[in-house]
Formats: sequence, structure tokens, C-alpha cells
Amino acid sequence: MSHVIPSHLHDHEVILDVRDLRVAYGKVEALHGVSLSIRRGEIATVIGPNGAGKTTLLSALMGLLPASGEIVYMGHAQGREREVEALVRQGMTLVPEKRELFAEMSVEDNLLLGAFDRYRTGHRDHLETLDEVFEWFPRLEERRGQLAGTLSGGERQMLAMGRALMAKPKLLMLDEPSLGLAPLIIKEIFRIIGELKKTGVAILLVEQNARAALQIADVGYVLETGEVTLSGPSGELAADPRVVEAYLGFGKKH
Amino acid sequence: MDLQIFLLLGQDGVTNGAIYALLALALVLIFAVTRIIFIPQGEFVAYGALTLASLQAGKIPGTVWLLLALGLVVIVLDGVQMLREGRYGKLPSLLIFNLGWPLLCAAVLFALPPGDLPLALQVLLSLLLVVPMGPMVYRVAYQPLAGASVLVLLIVSVAVHVAMIGLGLLFFGAEGSRTPAFTEVSFELAGAPLQGQTLLVVAASAALIAGLYFFFERTLYGKALRATAMNRTGARLMGIAPTLAGKLCFTLAAAIGVFSGILIAPITTIYYDSGFLIGLKGFVGAIIGGLASYPVAALGALLVGLLESYSSFWASAYKEVIVFTMIIPVLLWRSLTTRHVEEEEE
Repeated sequence: MSHVIPSHLHDHEVILDVRDLRVAYGKVEALHGVSLSIRRGEIATVIGPNGAGKTTLLSALMGLLPASGEIVYMGHAQGREREVEALVRQGMTLVPEKRELFAEMSVEDNLLLGAFDRYRTGHRDHLETLDEVFEWFPRLEERRGQLAGTLSGGERQMLAMGRALMAKPKLLMLDEPSLGLAPLIIKEIFRIIGELKKTGVAILLVEQNARAALQIADVGYVLETGEVTLSGPSGELAADPRVVEAYLGFGKKH
Repeated sequence: MDLQIFLLLGQDGVTNGAIYALLALALVLIFAVTRIIFIPQGEFVAYGALTLASLQAGKIPGTVWLLLALGLVVIVLDGVQMLREGRYGKLPSLLIFNLGWPLLCAAVLFALPPGDLPLALQVLLSLLLVVPMGPMVYRVAYQPLAGASVLVLLIVSVAVHVAMIGLGLLFFGAEGSRTPAFTEVSFELAGAPLQGQTLLVVAASAALIAGLYFFFERTLYGKALRATAMNRTGARLMGIAPTLAGKLCFTLAAAIGVFSGILIAPITTIYYDSGFLIGLKGFVGAIIGGLASYPVAALGALLVGLLESYSSFWASAYKEVIVFTMIIPVLLWRSLTTRHVEEEEE
């Protein structure tokens, strides 16, 4: 399936363009030629069942796994040697499925470390960024002195996202932000993700919760057993009978 | 044993314990961040003390050649990689740190007669000569194997230790050295003399521990090191590279080692291989802290110092045996009280 991009977004800058991405664990190939593209201020979502390779896709994009294929980020073709730290410096951040927080550190220290690379490269605006993150997540400000390990699931997700925003990313990749959270909190998190795109950040959202993801996304990709089987503007995808049957299931029970 | 001897021995024990505590902290730091059991920690103590002794004897310490050689190896290793990847922007800082710095140190040594320099400058020069070897050793010996198991890293540590001992013998010879005391001041406490040098060691150790506490609790780089120790993947996602963390903590550990060596050089005669035993006693302290807890490691090291001091009075032939036997009940107690956690494979 080719990747379809809505024409009204053509004046936006392409942040990430991936073609024919392949990732293998040993001899077993987990992603077979995935292509996708995201523009500035756009939310792209990748939906699909468990084990389809969604987390593998994000890990490969972030440089945590070796991959082959063509990855063009911010107009620059990426070489084979992609290092996580170099990508962080170029404004790519990942909020992993496991959150990977620093459990024995305070909420505030976790957030400040999100700005570590900016601090290292001479940007000393982390306190202002901290205030901005507290505006997005007022809950984190209330808990700023608390250890990250003692937070509830929803607060942890907020902290992981807040920490990623501290890096002032150009591309924010979210892996299953709704995982294990209560419905009300999922709603709140998705509301914030929807608003974040106004800041101009490109968001790549990987979700099992297809309904919520397609509601806020501009474009969607359906990933099944390592391949993109459907793609298109999220409104069209949400209306596609195949998606409805497999992922949204209006009224139909399997 | 009367009160006077008791106090004298206690004084000795606290002095040595303070040094062991510093080394224990360095060992815990390196293990927490890189999973390396850093056996050559003690060699930095000996190198520091003997470099200072060479300077005071008016000789050019051999460590300057090692610094130059290590710097060149690092330049070859990193430079080739940088050229291949086309990252020319990083070359100047690589050359400055690994070639410019050692050459500057060598130039200073040859331009000024080291024996005539004031003590403070000699101390500073020793630190400047030996501390940069910490990150260089990390780059040359450990960085290519950063993902290896604890056992492989331990084997590398043994190799680095043996190499550094051999080089120490080459540079400083087989004779021991002792530097003059920093201070001749002496007080009297309950009838026992209290050496100014003892107070200096304890005060300097306490100041260094306070400084480390400040670094880890208040600065972003310190927090980045703690973050790496807690969650390596999380730290990488923040742009904290494991190699940066490794070099940073090796620099700290080398600085702690050299500083300790300079502190004890006036108290004990240091030979090229004395560092090993000193480092090992710091290691006993670190084990008491489970290679994880800084305060318990420091207290454990203090206990090692006191135990060593009192056992040298009652059973001096067995003092090392007594100190190292202490590990057995500690390990027994730890293995009985701690739940076994599978080490996370990376």
C-alpha cells in the first residue's frame, strides 16, 4: 500500500519520511518494508493489533534497533549508524511504552533531565520550559517533589510526556500512551495530545485504542504483521469498513 | 590497652577509614553507572602519591609519558571513527584534550624545575597529570565492551590493574616513597597526640564527600549520572550517552583516587603496588553497601579502617586476614536478607 497524504497539508514541511523500513530480530524479520510520512503540526497514528510491530517501528526510528531502508528526517537522509543520542539532539523524542522513568528521582528532576541535551548544548532555558510543561500538566506541578516511582499510572504517563516535551521536540513519538489507564485519564491524555499539535510538533502516535487515536490524528496507518495494510486520512480510515470491522467494531461483536 | 593507645589507634583507623570511604564511593559510583568492578581504582591512589613524590624529588614523573601515550591511542581510536563518519567538528576538542593537554603538562614539567615549585602547585600538577587517565582508560579498555557482562568487564579490570601495576614499577621503581607532611601542627586530645595531618585527611575527605553530594543532588550532570545508573534506556532517550556517563564517572573516580593518594602519601610509604590493597579495602566497604548504597559503603569503609587499626594492635600479623574475612559474614547476611533479583540483560 502506498502512503496517502492529504493534499491540503502539502505546504507543511515534511518532518519524517520513511520508505521501505525493514527490521529483523536475528533472522526473523519483524517489519517488512514499512513506509510512512509525517509533517510539521500533524498527528500520524499507527494502529494495529498486538505483535504487529508497532513498538518495533518506533524503536527502529529512534535508533534503538538496527534497521534498513530509507529514513529522511528533517530533510536529511539518515545513515546506517543511527545513534539515539544524535537523534535526540536533532529533536526526536520517544515516550516508550514502559515509560522508562527515573523511579527514585523526583518528578521535577525527571523533567529537568528531559532538557539534559539542550542544557549540554548551551541552552539554559530549562526553567521556562519547565513552566510550560507544568501548564500542560498541572498535576505534575502538584507532585513536583514526589518520587516518580510513587506516581499513579496516569501521572507516570503525564510525566513521561512532560519529560519528552522538556527537550522541545520537533518529532514526538508516543508508544501506547493509553496503555493500562482508566478511561477518564485516557480522554485527558488524548485531549492534550490533540492540543500539542498546535505547537507545531509532529506527533507519531502508536495505539491499540484505534477509535481514540483516529479521532485526533490527521493521517492513519494500519500495521498488521509487520506491513502497512491500509493508510489514509484518519477520517477516511475510520469510515473504511475493514477498519470498522477489525478495530472499531461498531455494534459488531466477535 | 590504656585510653591513650585506644585513642591513637582510633585516630589511625578514622584516618585510613576516611580514605577507604572515598575509594568505596568511587567504586560504588562506577559500578552503579557502568556495571564495572573497578579494580584499578587503587592504582590511581599509588600513581597520585608517587607522581607527587617524584615531583618533590625534582624528577619528571613517568606518568607524563603514559598520559601522552594514552592520549595518542584515544586520538587514533576516536579520530579514525570521526573521519570515517565525517564528524570533523569534534576533532579539535579531541585533539585538545588528548594531545594538547598532555603536551602542555609535559612542557610545564620541563620548563619549570618541579622540585622548586610550591607544594600546592605540585599537588595540582599531580592531579592534572593523572586524573585525565581515568576517562582515557575508559575509552581504551572499557568503551568497546560497554555492553558486555559484569564478568567480562571484571576480567578487563584485572587486565588493566596488572598493566597499571607493571607500568607503575617501570615509572617509579621498586622503592617506596613518602612525601613530607602537609602540616606539622599537632594537638593533644585526652593525653594522646593528635596529628594535624590526620585532621587534614579527615577534613579533606569530608569536604570531598560533601562536594560529591552536591554534585549528585544539585547539578544536572550529577543527576544525569544517577539517571544512567537507574535506567539506562531512559537516560539514552534523554540524550545521556552511556559513553558520556562512563567518561564522567571515570574522571570522578580517578580524581578521588589521586586525591586520596596525595592525602595519604605523607602518612604511609607508598610503593608502586600499594594501591591494590588500599583499593581492596575500599572495595570491602563498597561490598558492605551492596555496591549500591553510598552512605552504607562509606560507613562500612570507616569500619574497615577502625577494624584494621585495632587488629594491628592485637594481632598485627593477621590484620589483613581479619579485614578481608569481614566480607564473609557480610555476604552471608546479604545473601540471606536480600531477595535475589535477576540481572536485567541488555
